[in-house]
Amino acid sequence: MIRINGLRKTYRGRGGDVAAVAGVDLTVRAGEVFGVLGRSGAGKSTLLRCVNMLERPDAGTITVDGVDLAGLSETGLRTARQRIGMIHQHFALLSSRTAAGNVSFPLEVMGMPRRQRADRVAELLDLVGLRDRAGAYPAQLSGGQKQRVGIARALAGEPKVLLSDEATSALDPDTTGSILALLRDLNQRLGLTILLITHEMEVVKRICDSVAIMSDGVITEAGPVHELLAKPDSALARGIFRLGPPPVLDDATIVDVTVVGDGSLISAVARAHDVDVRILDGSVETLAGGRAGRLRLALPGSPASNAAALDQLRASAVAVEVHP
Amino acid sequence: MTWSEMVPLLWEATKESAYMVLVATLLTAVGGLLVGVALVLTDRGGLLALRPVNALLGLIVNIGRSLPFIILLVAIIPFTRAVVGTTIGTSAAIVPLTVGAIPFYARIVETAIREVNRDVVAAARAMGASRREIVVKVLLREARPGLVAGLTITVVALVGYSAMAGVVGGGGLGDLAIRYGYQRFETEVMIATVVLLVVFVQLAQMLGDLVARRLSHR
Ligand SMILES: Nc1ncnc2c1ncn2[C@@H]1O[C@H](COP(=O)(O)OP(=O)(O)OP(=O)(O)O)[C@@H](O)[C@H]1O
Ligand SMILES: [Mg+2]
Repeated sequence: MIRINGLRKTYRGRGGDVAAVAGVDLTVRAGEVFGVLGRSGAGKSTLLRCVNMLERPDAGTITVDGVDLAGLSETGLRTARQRIGMIHQHFALLSSRTAAGNVSFPLEVMGMPRRQRADRVAELLDLVGLRDRAGAYPAQLSGGQKQRVGIARALAGEPKVLLSDEATSALDPDTTGSILALLRDLNQRLGLTILLITHEMEVVKRICDSVAIMSDGVITEAGPVHELLAKPDSALARGIFRLGPPPVLDDATIVDVTVVGDGSLISAVARAHDVDVRILDGSVETLAGGRAGRLRLALPGSPASNAAALDQLRASAVAVEVHP
Repeated sequence: MTWSEMVPLLWEATKESAYMVLVATLLTAVGGLLVGVALVLTDRGGLLALRPVNALLGLIVNIGRSLPFIILLVAIIPFTRAVVGTTIGTSAAIVPLTVGAIPFYARIVETAIREVNRDVVAAARAMGASRREIVVKVLLREARPGLVAGLTITVVALVGYSAMAGVVGGGGLGDLAIRYGYQRFETEVMIATVVLLVVFVQLAQMLGDLVARRLSHR
């Protein structure tokens, strides 16, 4: 749905050049929620703004729903943008228009006649659960309500793609939860593809199917969340399952086991090989794609003497890492 | 001077002042908006970035703003003749008033538009809005309270400028105050005109504040 190849964007300033995006390749599949996770200044916003050409890339191609955006004329680009929704960290609503007026804006841009517009606005406000606040000005709405208006507005053109720039960063945890739930719901009900950027692991955990980790303008790892979690050395997995450095134990094998679903395999291994499995540490998370956990186990004896038990773990867990 | 002598004088002068200030305000609003929008659009990073045009426009505006009004009034006499066909009278005074006020209001317009949230402009671009739509529906619309407040300041400045219109025979309250009150020591006339000017300014300010408040939804 979104294909980014060799994307580069450098800002030239007095204090020198900043390579905000320094060569990014990314593919977002139709119907998925794709998160780009990174620290402040990693270049996430720049990347996102390049996707709808708010920022002209220095190099690289961007294809959205089969259309190469860089090749479009100004007019062609305006039409293409009407089919790409965008929501913003600080909502970016027109303070001089009511909620309904804000949702109406993109419809006016698309040239929809006034009569149809009123119906469509009501429908969109309904979709985000804000019909009763249609006449309120942004200043009279809470942050969560403002973001709902922003979402309704972004959906006006029946886009296939929604871009989200830190849409929940200005909200409290409860409101964040309800906005994420709304996005997930729209993703599933409308088949909406969502590309979101965030600095919060929580957002990735709750709604992302796939994720890319960005730092200093480049993507350091990317893929479906469950595949990344299966990699012992994945930064995403380390971020989600927060286990400390392994302790040093005499005459014991320390092993990190990543599991999906429930952790019944631990007791199965303990029983089959008659070992006293101790759980030193662990983290179990509920993710968009189901439950997953990483447990740190200690088995008595050296790795060699536990070879059979380790083999069974490797056979049934998604990832096993034996600490030396 | 008796009341019966004074009242027709004051009435005539009030009408002249109102006419000059109102017409000049309308023309200034249009001109100032155009120049102010142009200043924003052509600036670096603007929607129509054209640095040389921006620099030239900025220079012209600054020259207009730095000239003392009384000098401008005389300096543009040939231009006034070309526009209204005469260089004396109330209509002739409107030309320098407008020329003097446009740069003043244009800077206020520029500042008010710059206050419009950049995110909102980006959001409008992301929705596929054209430049014209962004100027009309976002920049000018969002800046409306500031534009009105700025126009109020401009009206008050115009009332002040218009006092000098007597130099070109423009008449008005300021002229009356100078001719009778200052030059002929008719203190009553002076006080009466000053009171009327204060009322004028007060009304303009109240109306401006009211409209600006109505338009603001922040
Ligand atoms: N318009 C600009 N002009 C110059 N430099 C810029 C501009 N926008 C961003 N940058 C620089 O580019 C780099 C990446 O910025 P960007 O906003 O993309 O980061 P980010 O990952 O979105 O950060 P945050 O989480 O703080 O929003 C930063 O070093 C920033 O200072
Ligand atoms: Mg950002």
